[in-house]
Amino acid sequence: MILKNKRMETSELAKVASQVRRDIVRMVHGVASGHPGGSLGCTDVLVSLYFQAMNLKTDDQGSVVFDMSGSGEDLFFLSNGHISPVLYSVLARRGYFPVSELATFRKLNSRLQGHPATAEHLPGIRIASGSLGQGLSVAAGAAYGKKIRNDPHRVYCLMGDGEQQEGQIWEAAAFIPHRKLDNLIAIIDFNGQQIDGPTDVVLNNRDLGAKYEAFGWTVLHMDGNNLEEVASTLKAAQEAGGQGAPVCIIMKTEMGQGVDFMMHTHKWHGTAPNNEQLTAALAQLEETLSDY
Amino acid sequence: MKTYTFTEKKDTRSGFGAGMAELGRSHPDVVALCADLVASLKLDTFIKENPDRFIQCGIAEANMIGVAAGLTLNGLIPFATTFANFGSSRVLDQIRQAVAYSNKNVKICVSHAGLTLGEDGATHQVLEDISMMKALPGMTVINPCDFNQTKAATIAIADYEGPVYLRFGRPVVPNFTPADQPFEIGKAILLNEGADVSIFATGHMVWQALEAGKLLAEQGVEAEITNIHTIKPLDKEAILASVSKTGCAVTAEEHQMNGGLGDSVAQVLALNHPAPLEMVAVNDSFGESGTPEQLMEKYGLTAASIVAKALAVIQRKK
Repeated sequence: MILKNKRMETSELAKVASQVRRDIVRMVHGVASGHPGGSLGCTDVLVSLYFQAMNLKTDDQGSVVFDMSGSGEDLFFLSNGHISPVLYSVLARRGYFPVSELATFRKLNSRLQGHPATAEHLPGIRIASGSLGQGLSVAAGAAYGKKIRNDPHRVYCLMGDGEQQEGQIWEAAAFIPHRKLDNLIAIIDFNGQQIDGPTDVVLNNRDLGAKYEAFGWTVLHMDGNNLEEVASTLKAAQEAGGQGAPVCIIMKTEMGQGVDFMMHTHKWHGTAPNNEQLTAALAQLEETLSDY
Repeated sequence: MKTYTFTEKKDTRSGFGAGMAELGRSHPDVVALCADLVASLKLDTFIKENPDRFIQCGIAEANMIGVAAGLTLNGLIPFATTFANFGSSRVLDQIRQAVAYSNKNVKICVSHAGLTLGEDGATHQVLEDISMMKALPGMTVINPCDFNQTKAATIAIADYEGPVYLRFGRPVVPNFTPADQPFEIGKAILLNEGADVSIFATGHMVWQALEAGKLLAEQGVEAEITNIHTIKPLDKEAILASVSKTGCAVTAEEHQMNGGLGDSVAQVLALNHPAPLEMVAVNDSFGESGTPEQLMEKYGLTAASIVAKALAVIQRKK
């Protein structure tokens, strides 16, 4: 089942999120590879963005319409491209491409590449990401273009917290407030984990909020796994925009959120569940919109 | 043999600046980005006339490439500019993922390529950029020879949809391309016909090839000289047509032998029409400080080197 354009009430988002989480674990299980941990952690914010917060281009019937330019609508960029399963599921459930295509994830000749790409022309994807640290710069360019074109819509960019170790992030972090791109909302998935272990052990980012503030951003914090708080914080971010400064949301999430044995560890960053683990995971996630 | 004359020597980067000035007036979608090298890139006129379409990015080239990729989404045509070293090797991954793989309409326009950057030395004298850029699927790689051709190329790439790497330089060189000659991407220019040896040159070495042609003529050797301003897509037909006639070739470029124009020509010949080939290029070495003339002499990028290679390759013909 796909969902047509309807700005959902926050109370309705939970059932979409549950289905998206089912999609994620089934997708990575189906190809025995991919990144479930961060995908599950970011499910709530992606659902909130695409089903509530973002203004998306639609046709008369309310179905989303994709064009590469993205003019006249809000844009989302996934900088930490390895959590592609959550983006693909949300895009499919939102109606950008058939839900059945989720079964092709990471397989030969699929439009659903391991990391998001434009070469296969998957609706909803505007830039390749995967090599970390680049998405915020691309989002900055898109936001700058909207300013030049007098397009009042916003640009959202999701990044990982481990990704904050990339130097290019800080080039963009300086550029965006300097150029007053107050139509850009950056979200950092602050789950504290990366491939080699806890982020503060691998390479401590220290106080990310203070760093972004020092660079000239308006910084907000939220629990990224609390749909009510996500909704209210995104609304606050939208209201804080347009006043000269971009907004950065430090989003606390739990990697693997929704599947108990995938939580509180970095082990499921890039590991797919086996058959038994899939069954155990799906038992915790209600099928709300029917599986693909 | 056709003789080429010039009224003045000019730098190719000023040709870029003149092209940008014209684009500023004719192409409202063109946006210029620069990483703290506005004067070096000769962007003064464009910025003065179009202040709202210039984006100063500071010394942050990786971000500049990403910003350029994002700008394309709005139908804008970003020209991202810096020195060749910082617009290629420094940002190779950004160009690969956000521009080439994502097929974004970004024009990466870089000055101070090669040894002729001069006294700043090897840190800035990129001699590997053609190699890196031509390896990227979908990337167009252009290295024009003089002011007029660089100006024409700058204007031409704005009307071409797709990623482009446009490489030019700092020194003044003879400006002999007719000012009204249109620039055709991927279409080599036959400068002189000859039956004994084909010379394929790019960038600053094109004038050296013409000088070599004169010296060879004095020895009774007829050189066929072609300006390969576009290294990718390469004009294979022009190369094969010429070598089919002459039976041997010399390439000349201000770049490493590894991965440069010579490699591209060698590939075309080996796959289609094996023939003796010699290359005038930097041979697996970094540059150093010196005047442009001293460096071109020391590293063998001269008309005399082309003559020597031409005479040698003719001897290799069966």
